[in-house]
Amino acid sequence: MKAFAVAAALLAAAWPAHAAGDAAVGAQEYEARCGGCHAVDEHRVGPAHRGVFGRRAGSAAGFAYSAALRRSGIVWDERSLDAWLADPEKLVPGQGMNVSIGDAALRRDIVAYLRSLAS
Amino acid sequence: MTSSLVPSSRRGFLGGSLTLSAGTIALLGGASTLARAADPSKDTGILNVALGLEHEAINAYQLGATSGLLQKPVLDVAVLFQSHHKGHRDALIATIEKLGGKPVAEKPLADYAKALKADTLKSQADVLELAARLELGATNAYLGVIPAFSDSALSKVAARLAADETMHWTALSGALGKSLPMAALAFGA
Repeated sequence: MKAFAVAAALLAAAWPAHAAGDAAVGAQEYEARCGGCHAVDEHRVGPAHRGVFGRRAGSAAGFAYSAALRRSGIVWDERSLDAWLADPEKLVPGQGMNVSIGDAALRRDIVAYLRSLAS
Repeated sequence: MTSSLVPSSRRGFLGGSLTLSAGTIALLGGASTLARAADPSKDTGILNVALGLEHEAINAYQLGATSGLLQKPVLDVAVLFQSHHKGHRDALIATIEKLGGKPVAEKPLADYAKALKADTLKSQADVLELAARLELGATNAYLGVIPAFSDSALSKVAARLAADETMHWTALSGALGKSLPMAALAFGA
């Protein structure tokens, strides 16, 4: 049991380093993977992303979100954004995006880029 | 050639009955399967996002083609690609309606111009760069929604749409003098 606790603590301590993506790579991948629908400063098919990190889901003014996302209570951080990009419907059933990114490293880079977008 | 683009795609979209081309009908060849969709409302939601993307693409090419920045034969290619997106739009509208949904409406051209920062386009290369970015994003968006459909016939439609967008991106990248991806599996993730 003690060994399990130590292992869990080590894993928890390792999470931030493991989870940290490359924002510069993420910028390129954002354009390629997200740029069909999203932009940093303008709502398009999807909402604008500047300031998304730390923002309550479904709350950017001027974009018509799904009711499911507005009611989700999620505040976007590394873990929630990663889960969202991996499988949006699993995280928020009834959401409207539906595009998923299966590559975990790619998601980390994109999330790092999103985090770099200050409000 | 430019004059043929001047009539807004919006008018065609809102102008009444929808006439399906042979290609559109072929795209919807799985109609009997569509009727058995496990969750039509979810699928129509995904298709409406795709339709919004196609509306934007049509308007992006409209902005490029009427900008005065495109020279032949690039202008002709832009018009051809816009016609492909209109075909996608018509197919998506027909599919959404077949599933009992309401197709999302096109916005005014000025809205797309603002969102796409059309005022920053100063050269033919700028227009091609914008088009290439949108086509690459569309490719990955269509590939990214394939697993989400409850009806596999719609997944096939998304794959076919992605193939068209990839064709566009490849041609645009070539026109810009960009090299092809060095790695395999360059699209989707």
